[in-house]
Amino acid sequence: MAAIELRHIVKRCGNADILRDVSLGVEAGEFLTIVGPSGCGKSTLLKIIAGLEEQTSGEVLIDALPADHLRPKARDIAMVFQSYALYPHLTVFDNLALPLRMRWLTPVQRAPAIGRFFGSAARQRVAQAVRETAEFLEIGHLLDRKPGQLSGGQRQRVALGRALVRRPKAFLMDEPLSNLDAQLRVSMRHELAALHRRLGATFVYVTHDQSEAMTMSDRVAVMMEGGLLQVDTPQAVYDRPSHRKVAEFIGSPAINLFRAHVEHGRLRADGILLPSHWDIPDDEAVTVGIRPQGLTLKADAPSGWRGEVAHLENMGADLFVHVRTRLCDTALVVRMSPHHREGLKLGETVTVARLGSAPMLVFDRHGQRIDPRREILSEVVNG
Amino acid sequence: MAETALLPARWPALPAQFPARPYRVAASESRHAVALVAPAVGLMLVLLFGPTAAALVISCTDWEFGAAAVRFVGLANFRALAADPVFWKALGNTLTYVVVVVPACVAGGLVLALLIESRQRFRAFYRTAHFLPVMSTLVAMAVVWQTLLHPTIGLLNQVLHVIGLDGRNWLREEGTALFALALIGIWQNLGYATVLFMAGLKSIPRDLYHAADIDGADSALDRLRTVTLPLLGPVTMFVLVMMAVRAFQLFETVHVLTKGGPNKASEVLLHLIYVESFEFLRTGRGAALTVIYLAIVVGITMLQTRLVERRVHYA
Repeated sequence: MAAIELRHIVKRCGNADILRDVSLGVEAGEFLTIVGPSGCGKSTLLKIIAGLEEQTSGEVLIDALPADHLRPKARDIAMVFQSYALYPHLTVFDNLALPLRMRWLTPVQRAPAIGRFFGSAARQRVAQAVRETAEFLEIGHLLDRKPGQLSGGQRQRVALGRALVRRPKAFLMDEPLSNLDAQLRVSMRHELAALHRRLGATFVYVTHDQSEAMTMSDRVAVMMEGGLLQVDTPQAVYDRPSHRKVAEFIGSPAINLFRAHVEHGRLRADGILLPSHWDIPDDEAVTVGIRPQGLTLKADAPSGWRGEVAHLENMGADLFVHVRTRLCDTALVVRMSPHHREGLKLGETVTVARLGSAPMLVFDRHGQRIDPRREILSEVVNG
Repeated sequence: MAETALLPARWPALPAQFPARPYRVAASESRHAVALVAPAVGLMLVLLFGPTAAALVISCTDWEFGAAAVRFVGLANFRALAADPVFWKALGNTLTYVVVVVPACVAGGLVLALLIESRQRFRAFYRTAHFLPVMSTLVAMAVVWQTLLHPTIGLLNQVLHVIGLDGRNWLREEGTALFALALIGIWQNLGYATVLFMAGLKSIPRDLYHAADIDGADSALDRLRTVTLPLLGPVTMFVLVMMAVRAFQLFETVHVLTKGGPNKASEVLLHLIYVESFEFLRTGRGAALTVIYLAIVVGITMLQTRLVERRVHYA
């Protein structure tokens, strides 16, 4: 278990800023997920923590001690790669044993041909540790196989085992589930979360999949264009995104965003006055975000946006109705019970309205969220 | 939606005959197959199997090039070769040459490739520079080597003279002629091995080196043993076979520089075939040599492939 701290990490490649001033603290035993679209610099950040890449400036601290001068081996951190990066010529046993041999055996004991005559005690300790880890991950029966003979899920476990076997201070995971099929990915999500609980170790997990971030982590760090936008619990990131981009990225289906402008403290969007009063100067252009469950379809509501049903997504438990309105370029998504409106057809004209008590997120011109305390009065409108 | 408007309201109808004809493997189809395979098979027969069969047949005759009468002599040519010390000398020299040139090219090529790949700068220049001998005309280059190795005006002996050593007549002495040829062979093939290894190094995933760093295999030797060498397995096998085949093909430098001399000290199989067939015009005997040469090359290549393949890991 180790705490990891990043202070003002900057990474520049030529003229491109890969990371711009990233500061982040990971507590000991925490499961922190760095989530962001591909190319946002999250993998680079992970490699900097591991010592595989060097930052242009800034500091990495592991257990409050500077680690910048340490090689990856000395940082005592394990990493699981998206490609698994198993040694294709070694059996599962040897793949798991390699990190231990490198640490517990002397160069003479590791030497080809003559090495086997030395250090049989150390060799036995290695074998013992490998077997324990293999049992723990239920891959004991695969020890004699080579990675090429394993399925994706099995390779994933071997990669985890290689990280686990030497009980490192912390685990870094770079999109470890991306190469698995959808079903396996969901079940591995549970297993990884359970593994974290059993080990109590520090996990730093990188993914582009917001559902992985939401379901597994203690805290989520949302990263875009080389900078951290928000670091908070999954629920807080969902409920109180600090920036429009965070709101857009977290949540599935995505949040509905549309432009509005301020009239005497009220927000007007496509002619409809939203029933809440804000302490915002007049004529300020803002973006309003309402999650799909905050909208509903009304037959004849006076305060709604008329539009045409463009697409229906029936998930069984939920029905997502995509309604094309004049409000925004993309369709509004409304979550409903499939039984609530049976017989809803494509092309039908409907009216979308905000559910009375639904939370509303308001972002300023720069995308920053306007402090909800500046909402001074919200009328409860039923209709 | 905007994009749906771009699609036609209905898909255009299929051509009338399209669904009507049921799919059936017809006789015409196998005729097509034969017609498509025929050119390749024909060329292989004419260019590969035909000449091989011809050599086999001729090797059992006493045919001399240009002679009108041909007599079937069975294995007499082979028996004569077995009793001929020149044949054994040529065979031994060829094997010595291969045993010197192949390991030197494989090891040297690997080291060069690793050195070139370890630095970003001048990579393309080094690659081109080392590949130049492969592309050059060997006969012309042999003359250059002849000048370099010349006993009195050659650069090598002049340098040796400066540092106080006695030079030799490298290409004209029994003890050195074959090794001088081997040196030229290494010079010519090293770049080829290097370029192949460089391509192989490029295909090793970066992640594996990262994993090795994290697992603690981060010294140069450990990285080499854990990642580089095992993953170069398939390339190494290919380089070994290519180098061996090229080494067996030794001919030009022998023909230009030594003619197999002095006293057959640099006589090799391919050159002996040429001498027997086209200088002594003993075509039957030359064909027998060709058959032996072919059997050795095919045999060694097969053995090598099987041995190395056991230790090769196609990830």
